Amino acid sequence: MGDWSGYLTLIFQGAWTTIQLTLMGSALALVMAFLAGLGRLSRHAVLRWLATVYIEFFRGTSIFVQLFWIYFVLPMTGLWAPTPMQAGVLALGLNVGAYGAEVVRGAILAVPRDQTEACIAVNLTRFQRMRHVILPQALPLMLPTFGNNAIELLKATAVVSLISLADMTFQAQIVRSQTGNTLLPFITILVLYFAMSSAISFGMRRLERRVTRGLDGVR
Amino acid sequence: MDQPIIRIQNLRKSFGTLTVIDGLDFDVMKGEKLALIGPSGSGKTTILRILMTLEDISGGRIEVCGEPLYHMTRNGAEVSADEAHLHRMRRHIGMVFQHFNLFPHKSVLQNITMAPILTKGEKRPDAERRARELLDMVGLADKADYMPSQLSGGQKQRVAIARALALQPQIMLFDEVTSALDPELVEEVLEVMQRLARETDMTMLLVTHEMGFAHDFADRVLFFDKGRIVEQGPPDQIFTAPQEDRTKSFLRKIIAAGQRV
Repeated sequence: MGDWSGYLTLIFQGAWTTIQLTLMGSALALVMAFLAGLGRLSRHAVLRWLATVYIEFFRGTSIFVQLFWIYFVLPMTGLWAPTPMQAGVLALGLNVGAYGAEVVRGAILAVPRDQTEACIAVNLTRFQRMRHVILPQALPLMLPTFGNNAIELLKATAVVSLISLADMTFQAQIVRSQTGNTLLPFITILVLYFAMSSAISFGMRRLERRVTRGLDGVR
Repeated sequence: MDQPIIRIQNLRKSFGTLTVIDGLDFDVMKGEKLALIGPSGSGKTTILRILMTLEDISGGRIEVCGEPLYHMTRNGAEVSADEAHLHRMRRHIGMVFQHFNLFPHKSVLQNITMAPILTKGEKRPDAERRARELLDMVGLADKADYMPSQLSGGQKQRVAIARALALQPQIMLFDEVTSALDPELVEEVLEVMQRLARETDMTMLLVTHEMGFAHDFADRVLFFDKGRIVEQGPPDQIFTAPQEDRTKSFLRKIIAAGQRV
């Protein structure tokens, strides 16, 4: 068991990679969710169409296949050869962003029509309506599902071990093959995954409390 | 009161196959206080919503402050108004809604200052000072920092009136502003409106089921039925000596329901 601390270090290094993937992937997913969610509600048919194609494509195909396309097929076009980390963030962000887009769209549509009419009556522009009235009320409706999406994304990061990016799952496999011990590395990463997702849940709950302040009694 | 501030000519509005306004014509003079009464579904509220550009029109023409509301001139030809034209025309008009439609995520003060700051470029301190004056006028000086959810219906509606006034529109539209209120809260809202009618030269259009209030408030009463004006005149004439059978039977029902006219 003397080597165990070395193996643990290996797993912690993987944990750091997993955290980076989760943070950057979530950031990209958030941007994509708003772009595509607002795109679906656009007055311009081209934007609506683009957003729909993006959402349907990334929801309708496996993240595993998407990752392989980005990492192995994209370089063949000669345009860009992403690093494993870049490919991982891109696949995770684009995939989860497609789910998030529907959350954004649904939440915006859930803000009562009354509010838009009040905005028109006080002569706000379309942009001002969205920025100052509709989005601030839609955001609290999005947060619980965004929390779920972030946890889904965290768990999906394990898929990057397939393009030999040394995330937590990848390192656990290494430790397993070198020590022949399955239980210890996989108990360790089980606990770590759970701790990370708990941190996300906790953070989202605090955020929810913040943004819904003052809105009590409205919904 | 020389030139009409609102001209409505041959206005038509249908929702699908249902025609709610059918060839309507009327003018409103600057400073006039108008009450629109009539049975539900007679098109009164639709007229206000059309004037606020919340509904499109199906035909006809409206002029507000001497300019067409739903039309504009481009390359010498008259075409349908675009969003920029509507935006410019909306400066003339304010509206108070049946269900208040306050912004629930903004404080009372922010509800009032938001539009002047965003749409007229007012400085925050100026906008806040005026908002407090308006709150004082509607009797809510002490509620500036409350959230809308902490107010009663009557208080919300008075904030909504202050919010509309903050933009200093020339025309104010009141759409059944007391219909969603508990009976004991109606009076405080009507009192504010009565004072506005007396003390300002704003043009006001009021859709209401409160006949007594329409009587006291209006210079002219329009009785609507099925998207047309059946009868119009000074309140005394409409309420005490209506000429048309439909007006008489409508008022009989109202009186039978226990209202003062």
